[in-house]
Amino acid sequence: MIELERLCRTVRGDIVTMVHRAGSGHPGGSLSAVELMVGLYFGGQLSVDPQNPEWEGRDRFILSKGHVAPVLYSILARKGFFPVEELWTLRQLGSPLQGHPHWKCVPGLDCSSGSLGQGLSIANGLAIGFRKQNMDNRVYCLLGDGELQEGQVWEAVMTAAQHKLDNLCAMVDYNHVQLDGTVEEIKALGDLCAKWHDFGWNVIELDGHDIGAVIRAYEMARAFRGKPTVLIANTVKGKGVSFMENNCDWHGAAPNAQQLEAALEEINREEKAQ
Amino acid sequence: MNKMIPMRDGYGKALLELCQSGEKIMVLDADVAKSTRTVWIRDQYPEKFMDMGISEQDMVGTAAGLALSGITPFVSTYCVFLAGRAWDQIRTTVCYNNLNVKLAGAHAGISVGPDGATHQSLEDVAIMRVLPNMTVIVPCDAEETRKATLAIAKRQGPCFIRFGREAVPVITDEDTPFEIGKARLCCDGRDVTVLANGALVREAIEAAKVLEQEGISVRVLDFHTIKPLDQEAVIRAARETGCIVTAEEHQMYGGMGGAVAECLAAHCPVPMEQVAIQDSFGESGQPQELMDKYRLNQSAIQEKIKAVLARKG
Repeated sequence: MIELERLCRTVRGDIVTMVHRAGSGHPGGSLSAVELMVGLYFGGQLSVDPQNPEWEGRDRFILSKGHVAPVLYSILARKGFFPVEELWTLRQLGSPLQGHPHWKCVPGLDCSSGSLGQGLSIANGLAIGFRKQNMDNRVYCLLGDGELQEGQVWEAVMTAAQHKLDNLCAMVDYNHVQLDGTVEEIKALGDLCAKWHDFGWNVIELDGHDIGAVIRAYEMARAFRGKPTVLIANTVKGKGVSFMENNCDWHGAAPNAQQLEAALEEINREEKAQ
Repeated sequence: MNKMIPMRDGYGKALLELCQSGEKIMVLDADVAKSTRTVWIRDQYPEKFMDMGISEQDMVGTAAGLALSGITPFVSTYCVFLAGRAWDQIRTTVCYNNLNVKLAGAHAGISVGPDGATHQSLEDVAIMRVLPNMTVIVPCDAEETRKATLAIAKRQGPCFIRFGREAVPVITDEDTPFEIGKARLCCDGRDVTVLANGALVREAIEAAKVLEQEGISVRVLDFHTIKPLDQEAVIRAARETGCIVTAEEHQMYGGMGGAVAECLAAHCPVPMEQVAIQDSFGESGQPQELMDKYRLNQSAIQEKIKAVLARKG
């Protein structure tokens, strides 16, 4: 577990460094999703093979909130899909690391994304397709909380329940902050757990920054039969960098050199403390 | 007299053939399965059918996921809700990923009739053909719709096919060739070429017969594929006949006429006239009343032929 916590800090360092070097990007929602992603890729949950990215038996991950590409790129690089040095080319002309992920460019990516609200439908299609072909691959989909304002998400929520897709697990990064402000002041989501439950899902609420809880939740989701599972992960936007935390200004802004230094110092300070 | 059959029957028939031959397909519909004829799949191959309910955007996204899992999805609903409502899903999820998703827009054009303008898809070809990786096909009758459906099943990548609601004369048969991207010569002529698609192919052929008696020699091409555009056929027609008329059940801007105009302007500018909706919405009415009122018939094609011949000089 300590190893995974250390990896979370590495990924956080990657995120702020990538966005700083790119001069643009989305650190806030990347930082809030770190434990969900590390738990999935490094906690024995998502079955993938970096040596064979196209392996048919692999599980699939769909990043519905495509703007948090930095956290996914960092995870894929740290997993060994491509060299870590490539991370520093984010958003540059000719780089495979597009501002929002394009699957044709990056080994380990399962689909492009960037237009919000679409990922869960794609994940459903994969889950239905695997079932139709008697394949036991699992499908995971990460959604933002602001993204849940898109109507298509709720169409997809109904589809997954209708087809009882227990080979599917959705994760909501519930960090309460979107681009213009808080989710509550812009378009509140109400009782999110009750909503998903009423739509026919198995709901697991958890602390999205407790890596142990994240892995336990994935395991419970895997064991659950007859319904799709959603993890409602309570998180902090910008987690790990205090001046970014809970601040919508860091939804889509790049730290300057000084801010990067402060961010890395804080991220690494936590490591020293441990 | 030609048999009168709706083009959607050709779509349903082709889907049945694909199911019969064991193709790895899934047929999706958005609560209009009886209209699109996918109900035939629902009844005979239920394991290959999904009714997604009234949620077109989710349907297209689900189809994308099915394609990623190795299954070829056929996405079927009314054209106006497929191309229009789910455009961003088609653009960003299907086309950007270059996924093997087949999109079938039924009840296209003004001839859907009494339902009125909300249901009359007159912009779909324009908004589909601008998308990279997309193939766009507008067949002329039920048999060609069947062949086009089988052809897009074989073709890798996103494909869009649109067809009308009404029974229209079947003017091709099993042996009539169909190849994506290749215009089909219906009748040859020297003075002018009509590039027509959909139900207007038959109208163009009839117009050509009438004008033949007046000494005007009209070439008619079944211009079923808008993308990839058969540039060679367009340029040859321009060079050999010196003027062009396009005829389609679609807006005059951005559709097949627009695509042909782009090609002519770039390669062989000649006078061109369009039979198309003149930048307006439709309205309720009987299909033939609407086709006549909005000048989508053989007499309109004759007029435009004469107009373009006058410009050709």
